[in-house]
This record gives sequence, structure tokens and C-alpha cells, in this order.
Amino acid sequence: MHDSHEHEHEFKIPLGPQHPALKEPENFSIALKGEKIMGVDIRLGYNHRGIEKACEERTFLQDVYLIERVCGICSHSHSSAYVQAVEEIAGLSVPRRALYIRTLIGELERVHSHFLWLGVAGHEIGFDTLLMYTWRDREIVMDLLAQLTGNRVNYGINTIGGVRRDISPEQGKDIIAAMAILEERTKYYIQIATEETSIIKRLSGVGMISGQDAVRLGAVGPTARASGVNRDIRREDPYAAYAELDFNVITDDHGDVYGRTVVRLKELLESFKIIRQVVAKIPDGPITVRAPRKIPAGEALSRYEAPRGEDVHYVRSNGGEKPERVKVRAPTLANIQTVKHMLRDRFLADMPIVIAAIDPCFSCTDRLVGIRHLDNHKKETLSWESLRSFSLGWHRARGFDISVAEKKLHNLMEH
Amino acid sequence: MSYEEDIRQETVERFSFLKESFRIVRPRRLTLDVAYEKFSEIFDYLVHQGKFSILCAITGTDEGEGLGFIYHLAQESGVTLNLKTRVPKSNPVIQTITGVFPGAEIYEREIVDLFGAKVQGLRQGNRYPLTDDWPADEHPLRKDWKPANGSGKEM
Repeated sequence: MHDSHEHEHEFKIPLGPQHPALKEPENFSIALKGEKIMGVDIRLGYNHRGIEKACEERTFLQDVYLIERVCGICSHSHSSAYVQAVEEIAGLSVPRRALYIRTLIGELERVHSHFLWLGVAGHEIGFDTLLMYTWRDREIVMDLLAQLTGNRVNYGINTIGGVRRDISPEQGKDIIAAMAILEERTKYYIQIATEETSIIKRLSGVGMISGQDAVRLGAVGPTARASGVNRDIRREDPYAAYAELDFNVITDDHGDVYGRTVVRLKELLESFKIIRQVVAKIPDGPITVRAPRKIPAGEALSRYEAPRGEDVHYVRSNGGEKPERVKVRAPTLANIQTVKHMLRDRFLADMPIVIAAIDPCFSCTDRLVGIRHLDNHKKETLSWESLRSFSLGWHRARGFDISVAEKKLHNLMEH
Repeated sequence: MSYEEDIRQETVERFSFLKESFRIVRPRRLTLDVAYEKFSEIFDYLVHQGKFSILCAITGTDEGEGLGFIYHLAQESGVTLNLKTRVPKSNPVIQTITGVFPGAEIYEREIVDLFGAKVQGLRQGNRYPLTDDWPADEHPLRKDWKPANGSGKEM
């Protein structure tokens, strides 16, 4: 009798897979007992577009544009990682000014990506004021990127041998002015995140992963650094202009969603520091060297610290004008494996924020959750929106009401 | 002597047959070719004694008669090693490395789907990245596979 009663509360919940607004649609199959997650099975690949194969059928230069479209958020990360590999094979010595401009765009990209993440994280825990404010602030950096590169996303700044647009001293001033505003905003958000009890309580202990497990599972970027893993490709394997710039690698020992929030916020301050140094120190000179149409036979591995972690590209040339092989390992592929671990023994209500906390570019709606009762095969459908409001209600009933924080943020921003 | 040369020398002292194939490409980039029979011994040495404790990715390559695999290993120092090995296409069997790097599971599934490698010891699970109804004998990243002669005709 007791056993069958327990069995009644076992569910298998498929979450996903298709979501047109995600850059990596995925399917989480969750085994639930009551509110508790007993196990998670992940199915990836729904957005496999065959880009690596397509690269082999296009020229090295055409591939810059194709590779830039691997991701809509960290497009510059992918194109930089790719051109770095091709330049290494071709033995090109990229002008220093071009390397500084690549660094500048890379850090602006990190700023917009982290602001985007903070808004999404706020939304997932019901703190929509944070979403509104951070996404408004993010427009400052989006406008700046549009001014510097001509595009808000897929900047098209990189080319083999350098960059395609120079920056003027006037633009340098605009960048510095924008950084002052963004830094002030970021400090507000750090204050909110580190002092506001309801945020701390809502995020602490959620989605835990120890440093040891993060290393074992191959986690990268802020996901690993929030578990005390002191790793950053910009310092370990410096590329572009990073070897000449001064910055700190931010780590945190919380190992939970709270830690990942703190790491991303503090990384923003480091990005502002890097951007200011780039504007102050950018050397004069050309922005590109001529690249050959045919790239000599050879291979190169290129690593890049994207906003979500290490991005790895491997390129091989057979001496022709098209690559023999292009391999891309995006950071989310390394991090998604930690989600399984983070969700085990947690509550269903924590799923939205735990998945969002590795920053897999979680944005829009229309994701469905189908519920199948294991015992009677009755089917129900739960939209992402209902799952989210279930999550908010579940936590409100336990005393985590984020509206206090909303009011506080309003007051802070108005004074 | 540079740090990279130290790593090379230590490895070559232990495995003298690697003298020719262990090369320093540039600072922080090493490359090493090994026959598959020697792979697991050298892999274990590099990971456990050689401090190559980070797996960046696994790249598959089509080498004509064989399938190539490049294990991109890194140290915390930033030194990265491309450990290459090769198996014949007629019998493309390799052992899983998920015992050492549990995170390698998804990278191994990728070379199974896209190159047709057979990875022994890989636990049962969802395929990646191709669809469930993708034909078992079609591996898109092999050079002889073209969208026109594969399942992707309509492309």
C-alpha cells in the first residue's frame, strides 16, 4: 500500500526540445519524485546545422562569416577563435592595432552577454525589474557595438589577417563615457546581489557543484570559476592583446547560482578595466595584413575565453583555398554536462534558474513541458510560463518573495 | 631550456619511440602522434604524470584509409597538446576515455555519429548530434559523404 502510494508520485517530465529562440535547443528528461529531481537525461543536437561540413565546402574567408553565425550572442568569440587558427597556419603576423580592436570588441561582447544573462536570471526568479533595468542598460553597449562595427550582433569585424574597421579617437571617447555609466550601473547590481536578502536566499545553495566536480565534468568559464576553479584562457593561453593588459580572474567559492551571479557581475568590472586600457594603449598602425587566398598546409588549435567559457577551434589546411577540417567546441557543450549534476536532489521549482545559470542563452517562451503520469499514462502539458509561475509561487509560499528586492532596486535607481 | 622542451624531454625519456613524433609547434602548443596500440599507455601518462588534466575537445578527421582522432589536452599552465592517433576505417574501434574525463561522453558521441567511430565502453545513452532516425551507416563528416548522396538530398 505504502509503496504504491509512493509510486503514484513518480513522474517523468520531458522538457524541450524545440525552441526556435534558443541557440542550442535541448531536451531534459527529468525523473521526479514529488518535488524532488531524481535524475536528468539530456538530449542535445536539435540545432545541429552541419556547419563544420559546410566550412569544408567554402573558402577560408567565406568561413569567417559562416563561423560568426555559430552563435548570435558570442559571434565575435567564434570568428576570433577561427581567424586566430587560420592566421597561425598561414604564419601571418597580425598588426597590434588589430589585436587591440579584437580585444575591445571581445570585451564589449562579454559586457552585453553578462548584462543579458543577469536580466534572464532576474526574470527566472521573478525579479522582472532587474530584467527591465539590465536590458535597458545593455542597450548602451549594443549601440556602441553598432557604432563601432556597423552591427548589433554578428559584428563582422574580423577578417583573416586583422580587422575590417578602425576606431577613431572620437569613438574612443564615446567608449570611455559609456563605460562610466555601465560601471555605475554594475555597482548598483553588485550591491543588490550581495546585500539583498531575498536574492541571496533564493540563489544560495541552488544548483550546487563543487570545484572538484566542475573540473571532473569539464566545466568552463563562469560556471567553473564560481566553484573556485581559477581558470581563464585570457590569462593561461593569452591571445589578441591580453598579454599586455592588466586584469584579474574572478573566482568565487559558493559553487551555486549565487556564486555564478557574483562572478559574472565582478567580471563586468574587469571588462570595463580592460576596455579602458585598450582605449588608452591602442598602438597606431595598420589594422590588417594581406592574407593569401590559399592557406599553406598545416593545422592550429585556437582557444578563446568567450563570455560562457572556453571556446575551442581546430583548423586544418591541405594547402588549398578551402579548409580540410574545421572543428568547433562551444563552451555550452562543456557546461551542459554539469547541469545533470546540479539538478540532482534539487526541486523542480529550481530548474529554470539552474539551467539559466550556466547561461545557455535562455530567452523566449513557447517551450513546453509535457507531464506523463507514470502509473496511468495520463498526459498533461505545462508551458514554460506555467513552470515559471509554479516556481515563483512555490518559493513565495516558502518566504522567498522577490518583490521586496524589486522595491529596493527601484529606490536605488531613482536616487 | 623552455618549459615546453622540458615536457618533451621528460616524455621522450619515458617513451623513446616518441622522439620523432613529439613536436613543439610554438610556445604553448605541442603535438604528438601515437600508434593506437600505444595510445592508452601514453594518454594515461600524460594525464596523470604529465599534468595534462584538462580535455578541451576531441576532433575527428577523415584520413582516407583511416579515421584520425585528436585529443586536445591542456595543462593549467596553458600548454596544450594535440595527441593524435589513427585507426583503420575497416575497424574503427577506440576505447572510451570517460573513465578519466566523464565530460568526454558528449565528444565521443559526436565522433560516433559524425565519423562512424566505434567507442568501446561508452555507456548507453542518447545519440549526439544527429537525429534519432538518421541512417546508422551515414557519417556526414567523412569526406565521401555529400549532402546530395546522403539522406540530405533535399538540401
